[in-house]
Amino acid sequence: MRIAALCGLAVMLGACTPSAGTDGAPSELSPSDLQSGYAFLTPETQQLQDDPFENPGYLWVDRGARLFQVSEAAASPSCAACHAEGLNGAASRYPAIEPGSKRLINLEGRINQCRTEHQELEPLAYESEDLLALTAYVANQSHGAPYGAPPSADLQPYIEAGRSYFETRRGLMNLSCRQCHTETWGKALRGDTISQGHGNGFPAYRFEWQSLGSLHRRFRDCDMGVRAEPLPYGDDTYVALELYLATRGAGLEIETPGVRR
Amino acid sequence: MTGIRLAVPERAQKGDVIELKALIQHPMESGFRRGSRGEVIPRNIITRFECFYNQELVFASDFNPAIAANPILTFYTRATETGELEFRWTDQNGESWSDRKSITVT
Repeated sequence: MRIAALCGLAVMLGACTPSAGTDGAPSELSPSDLQSGYAFLTPETQQLQDDPFENPGYLWVDRGARLFQVSEAAASPSCAACHAEGLNGAASRYPAIEPGSKRLINLEGRINQCRTEHQELEPLAYESEDLLALTAYVANQSHGAPYGAPPSADLQPYIEAGRSYFETRRGLMNLSCRQCHTETWGKALRGDTISQGHGNGFPAYRFEWQSLGSLHRRFRDCDMGVRAEPLPYGDDTYVALELYLATRGAGLEIETPGVRR
Repeated sequence: MTGIRLAVPERAQKGDVIELKALIQHPMESGFRRGSRGEVIPRNIITRFECFYNQELVFASDFNPAIAANPILTFYTRATETGELEFRWTDQNGESWSDRKSITVT
């Protein structure tokens, strides 16, 4: 029964054909089709995201706003001591290459870098409530700003690495991200509609989690969904994937904190 | 650091019906779920919500296990006098959290 159901699912997703994208399905999103995950929500959920009081993601934004003002140790300035004017638009520029280490870092990585280099503090654990709160607070200051790092030649190898992860089939179900989110978006999967897989609402509040979560937590859920081994939180490949998604979704606006199913 | 969000109008006309909203961050763990090793995740819920208007109880609600995490309530009361609204949540172990907002009635 279970096997039959899975096979039916695989057929629906076109996974039984050996070469994806050859049966007329597009392999790239066309800019005119670009739709935020918001467009795939029910009107009630959209209303919940739009209401800055009822949207539960703002619990974390509030917490982040408090943490931003706090100096955790005598020798350690608060975030606000340097960023008194806030960080409006900053989230649009991430993931970015960190000039010192020449590594690609996302917003979470940038916050932890500030902690270790400028605040003499330990980095926060990925997916901890405090890191989620600070990330949500900083990203929320870019609410409505363009999603996606500005293109640059330096980023190209990382974008390609992210694209490669996105397009590679993996897991027991042998599915790539692209097969669902580029070729099959808008169709039904179980009780849900497949979105285009953009990251512009993250960190987002998901009903399934009953909590706010990072984009990497979402990646891990997708990887587990196709029965593949998820990568660790903050993994370089996930950061590259985050960057690829940001270039793929360029034209959307940042919606953090989004509400998702 | 439990997050509480309250929406109370700053001012109202005497006799107006005002909308109040109260949101609290809480897992509302039902006690019916199991973890990845099959162990029962213990129940951890808020059982009672109360709203006082100048110490007078104007709204109360009993919570049960089927209520979602981070519960939000929207309810109404009549603006009678300038003062303070207190919102209080109490969990199954008797621990409670509260916050206040003032309102000016003219």
